[in-house]
Amino acid sequence: MNKLHQDDHFLLARKSQVLQTRAKLIQSIRFFFINNGFLEVETPLRIPSPAPEENIDALTAGNWFLQTSPELCMKRLVAAGYPRIFQISKCFRAGERGDRHLPEYTMLEWYVAGFNYQQLMDQCEALILSVAGDLGIAEVMRQNRKINLTAPWERISVAEAFSKYAPLTSEDALVRDFFDETLVDHVEPNLGMNKPAFIYDYPARLASLAKLKVENPAVGERFELYIGGMEIANGFSELTDAGEQRQRFEEALKTRAAKNWARYEMPEKFLRSLDSLPPCAGIALGIDRLVMLMTGAATIDDVVAFTPENL
Amino acid sequence: MYTASDLRKGLRLKIDGEPYVITEFNFVKPGKGQALYRTKLKNMINGNQYERSFRSVDTFEPADLREKTMQYLYKEGDKYCFMDNENYEQVYLTEDQVGDAVNFMTDNIEVEILLFEDRPIGISLPNFVELVVTEAEPWAKGDTAAGSTKPVKVQTGYTIQVPTFVTEGEKIRIDTRTGEYLTRVKG
Repeated sequence: MNKLHQDDHFLLARKSQVLQTRAKLIQSIRFFFINNGFLEVETPLRIPSPAPEENIDALTAGNWFLQTSPELCMKRLVAAGYPRIFQISKCFRAGERGDRHLPEYTMLEWYVAGFNYQQLMDQCEALILSVAGDLGIAEVMRQNRKINLTAPWERISVAEAFSKYAPLTSEDALVRDFFDETLVDHVEPNLGMNKPAFIYDYPARLASLAKLKVENPAVGERFELYIGGMEIANGFSELTDAGEQRQRFEEALKTRAAKNWARYEMPEKFLRSLDSLPPCAGIALGIDRLVMLMTGAATIDDVVAFTPENL
Repeated sequence: MYTASDLRKGLRLKIDGEPYVITEFNFVKPGKGQALYRTKLKNMINGNQYERSFRSVDTFEPADLREKTMQYLYKEGDKYCFMDNENYEQVYLTEDQVGDAVNFMTDNIEVEILLFEDRPIGISLPNFVELVVTEAEPWAKGDTAAGSTKPVKVQTGYTIQVPTFVTEGEKIRIDTRTGEYLTRVKG
């Protein structure tokens, strides 16, 4: 064996335990969805135009893009009469690399017709408990804290979380253009430290593709799951109003243009399908991060066989 | 000019007119939110540390830092005087700026002086120096236990743990990065 191959062999062999847990975890996810009457789908990774997002940038592939999420195609399937679908696929995001970020990562996404975001939180909890059960895990360690997975999990609104943990309210943070910094520095480190926590009802401006709350249109029916201060999943009651969705996309396209980011086309086929999209809820969950939690890995590098740097 | 994506541990930046080194770095990004580059920064003049997050649109000036070989001349009050070997100009550093290096500085030793915009702000020593032991307890012949040590004083006044067989007047080699004894030097 030559020396370079020896190093490679050593690095990969050391990951054996984690990679086996990763494989089991993915099998367990499939098992959960198949048992709950879901159809597994595959949508193209290479697409003409991703969903216009202000802060997510796609990698190009020829004159098209690699998907940043399978959201648009999956909602077109729901609109066409596939009421319960899930997909495990690669997503790609330009410029994202850190202890919890890879530019290419694995996402689980699922949609349920007839569900709202509260019901989807219940299902997300049930999924992770089922997976943890299959792996024989009752609590996870993160930053030297034991996090007990026993249901029910904590649920806290964005407004409550800011007033509890941050020096300013979520509204003030937004007005002062300091929302993300406040969230990252003050709120996130406190979320899901004893038990997993859902944080929900994001300010309307951050609703993305979520439906606004009927009784309080200042917030969108969007939630995120945090475990041990780490963001694991993001879900919505889906916006089904094509006019409003087009307006939000136009805003995002403007912001992207101001940043000199790649120009996306308006996803017209997706917008047309919204008219037949039934009330539904959808969620994306980072599989790599779930593996980090279940294996106690400190960085995302530890839970994939290869990072871009060691290719 | 650096952009936020150039930030990494060890990078030296000029912020508000002063040189900083990044001592910790991480990329964070809340799901739908913007990318944030979290850093811990150390002021290279006063040593103060603080945390700061940057956005991807932020840009940074590199800190104009360079090292120059100079000779240590003498201490005057609480200032240390060094001479530039090229132009014989003299520069001064405070006790704080010299720090632990004082333990290993003998007269006329050559050191690297760190300059920020031509202003001296710090010092780096050669990795190894040789110093004479000026005070040591005599070696008790019976003491042969492997690995046992004793404290001795060297010519700079620094006290160091050495093997028991080292005697007064001997020259020893010291690693300035750890402050630890390496070997005796013949001569």
